[in-house]
Amino acid sequence: MIGVLQFPGSCDERDALGAAERVADTRLVWHEETDLSDLDGVIVPGGFSYGDYLRAGAIARFSPAMEAVVRFAAEGSPVLGICNGFQVLCEAGLLPGALLPNEGLRFICRQVELVAEEFGGPFGAGVAAGARLSIPIKHMSGRFFAPGDQLDAIEAGGQIAFRYAPGENPNGSVRDIAGVTNEAGNVLGLMPHPEHAVDPLTGSNDGLALFRALVGARRAAA
Amino acid sequence: MRRYADRVKAKVLIRPKQGILDPQGKAVERALPALGFEGIHDVRVGRLVELETDDPAQLDALCEKLLANPLIEDFEIVLDESASGNGSSPA
Repeated sequence: MIGVLQFPGSCDERDALGAAERVADTRLVWHEETDLSDLDGVIVPGGFSYGDYLRAGAIARFSPAMEAVVRFAAEGSPVLGICNGFQVLCEAGLLPGALLPNEGLRFICRQVELVAEEFGGPFGAGVAAGARLSIPIKHMSGRFFAPGDQLDAIEAGGQIAFRYAPGENPNGSVRDIAGVTNEAGNVLGLMPHPEHAVDPLTGSNDGLALFRALVGARRAAA
Repeated sequence: MRRYADRVKAKVLIRPKQGILDPQGKAVERALPALGFEGIHDVRVGRLVELETDDPAQLDALCEKLLANPLIEDFEIVLDESASGNGSSPA
């Protein structure tokens, strides 16, 4: 069973649910829930949790469901954060770095090319290193940032999961980073929306691999 | 009944860390010459949070945990002692 978090202000939870339904049973997890014991994996979806007041993701990290997700991740269970979900996971300290307003200050909504790095954990096992993925972005604050020494550390630790393809960096992200994992590799966050790339009808189904990896992760670990 | 006499007014100034690109500041800076304002440099746009607290000692932790993200922002707490009561306020 895959759970998709739902905060007041989430807007992509239905699409994430639909994408995960292609490969597993799913259910929504309301932001006040704290029992995740029936879940094999969690998706923190995109949107504007709690209005994104103060900073994107800053208030959502204090929700009861997120506190449960922190414990869930500490047990080694897989967690996938998409867009606003990525921002929430960074604010919660589950992922390194922070997401700043786009360099060009504009909301960007378009398809981008990603290149998968060689990275560890269940998600890394599900995506071949060097693979190119076509997945849409739609965000205002997607500029990944971390201090230089931390960047060197996550680079050396194989925690960079995806970069924007050469020449494609849409938002000024440092070192073209589009997605990172935690040290253990069981938590992945990325700005592009794999849930919007699961059917050839809408241009690409490259995003499906991440949902398959999410499902396969717990099974492999069990 | 609790009175407001012990409350302290505080301002929290939150700034983008030095060295981090601040596109909002850049946009403002670029707009100024068009309005006839010359010689303005290094514009940085941050945030100001005004609040009142019964316990100023907790402000530091509150800023680190919520009001600012220490990875990307610096914060400065300015207490307005003059506006606080000293226990004898008739309020």
